[in-house]
Amino acid sequence: MEIFALFDCIMSPACLLSQAAGGLKIGMLLFLVASGLTLVFGVLGVINFAHGALYMLGAYFSWQIMSITGHFGLSVILGALGVGIFGLLFERILISRVYNAELLVQILLCYSVVLILDDLVMIIWGDEFLSSVGVPEVFQVPPLFIFDAIIPPFHLAIIAMSFIVGLILWFIMTKTRFGRLVRAAAVNPKMLEALGININLLRAGVFMLGSFLAGLGGALAASVGSVVSGMGNSIIIESFIVTVIGGMGSISGAFLASLIIGMARSFGAVAMPLFTDGLMFLIMVLVLVLRPQGLMGNKK
Amino acid sequence: MLFLNKDNFQRDVFLGLLAWLILIIFYFIFPDPGIHDIIQKVFILGLFAMSLNILIGYLGLIAFGHAAFFASGAYTLGLFLQSDFVLNLASFSIPVAMLLAVLVSSILAALIGVICIRLKDIYFSFLTLAFQMLIYSIILALVNITGGDQGLMGGFPKPPFLGIDLGKPFDFYAFTIFISIITIVLLRQIIESPFGYGLRMIRDNSERPAALGFSNQKHKLIAFIIAGSIAGLAGSLQALLDVGAYPEWAFWSKSAEPLFMILLGGMHSFLGPLMGALIFEILNDFVTANTRYYGLVLGLVILCFVLGLKKGLLDWILIKFNRK
Repeated sequence: MEIFALFDCIMSPACLLSQAAGGLKIGMLLFLVASGLTLVFGVLGVINFAHGALYMLGAYFSWQIMSITGHFGLSVILGALGVGIFGLLFERILISRVYNAELLVQILLCYSVVLILDDLVMIIWGDEFLSSVGVPEVFQVPPLFIFDAIIPPFHLAIIAMSFIVGLILWFIMTKTRFGRLVRAAAVNPKMLEALGININLLRAGVFMLGSFLAGLGGALAASVGSVVSGMGNSIIIESFIVTVIGGMGSISGAFLASLIIGMARSFGAVAMPLFTDGLMFLIMVLVLVLRPQGLMGNKK
Repeated sequence: MLFLNKDNFQRDVFLGLLAWLILIIFYFIFPDPGIHDIIQKVFILGLFAMSLNILIGYLGLIAFGHAAFFASGAYTLGLFLQSDFVLNLASFSIPVAMLLAVLVSSILAALIGVICIRLKDIYFSFLTLAFQMLIYSIILALVNITGGDQGLMGGFPKPPFLGIDLGKPFDFYAFTIFISIITIVLLRQIIESPFGYGLRMIRDNSERPAALGFSNQKHKLIAFIIAGSIAGLAGSLQALLDVGAYPEWAFWSKSAEPLFMILLGGMHSFLGPLMGALIFEILNDFVTANTRYYGLVLGLVILCFVLGLKKGLLDWILIKFNRK
């Protein structure tokens, strides 16, 4: 443990700022993915183990669209939409069959889809790493220097975009009829059905939205890192951590938890480079032991 | 004795020894080392899956961090056999190392279990997962001891004991199956004891045993420790087989493997997970020989079981058989 390195970093504005910006970028990307997971759990009660595979699919889709059209914005939007549609089919064909099944059955169903998708993308796109989509030209400028901290403008754009998506999500969930129905469905789906709401349509819509968010996270990740089969296997565990820490089903909790995990990763890399992941799991254990319902979750 | 008061103990011992003898004869009828390897692995992974099924099938707790104990058994055995104790103990090294592996795993299971059993449902699953990944991270971080992401390198000696030389394929085959069968017979005693029925009662209705003056938490903790110990034993056998230990054995995907086996074989029959391990290994061997896309095939098979059969193969066979 290099606790002095952490101390030095906090005392230097350059290091502090660049680590904080890095943590914010990690946290916000994570929030995009994890908010979809927590939304699906909150409404459908399903732990979507395949959420990471949807994230991977988003990366591949946007890579493919980028190589055809060469338009960055289009590749991100269409990639995410494609994953949303895939999620819709996935929910209708498979997930909808196991809503009332045991937890083990749900987990295994989702995990089998992870195994299948991991191999399918290898069959379609080959098992080599695909190089990243790349940063759009507008952002191909020298990094910003703020107090000597090196901050790539594209990272700021990712943070801003995730923030806007979070705001839109918040607006949809609190201000629109769809959002109210979704929240009602999380509490009492039977009552909603009795009131004449098509609950299957609502569930499909929520799952599609959740998949869209996973796909969006994957599409953005493809612009800063390489695309490879199995890339969802670490993000899914991180999303679980965020979901648990924030409170399962709570989107605002997921936001807070994503920030915590982003910062823990960023500053943890300075203090204890070998134990950064361990730090996240330590936080997860502590939250589950001390406050199992999560930071923002409701006690049942 | 709480665990040994079932009168068919002698029958189980007899059947176990018979199975062992048949498998020994099998060894000489089919001299293909590939087949021997599959059978060894079926027993090692079968032990692992059966230990997890104590929690899943009999207690209804979906533990998702069971590989932590598999890894702790493997690393304990490996580190002990790499240490200087081997020079002093000489021929007793391997029995001592295996006992130690089980002991360390049981202590770890007690420490983790006492915290985890306070939670229910998905929260229990998540906490076991978190502990497992914490242990995985610790294994990666302690590079000087565990070799980090490279695993326990350099191998270790396997000094012969009681005329058994685990360096020889036949000795290893016979020893692994013998140890596994003994453990399975003992586990059968535990599952059929009043303690075992207590577990089923907790699974089916957690309030009734509590009202009867049962300590649910004590039963859960003991079951967790037994499950962890047997997983540790399985891990130590795997380490002996591979002459090493790898951090992937502590990664979450390793915990998914016994879940597959339980699903494939069946969670409601005692030998279901062992049968699941057999299906899993045969599938593994057959598919990897023919295609690189093992995950695709395994995923489709699991999908068929989850949506089609809706229960493990042995469960299904037993239900069919009883109906006639």
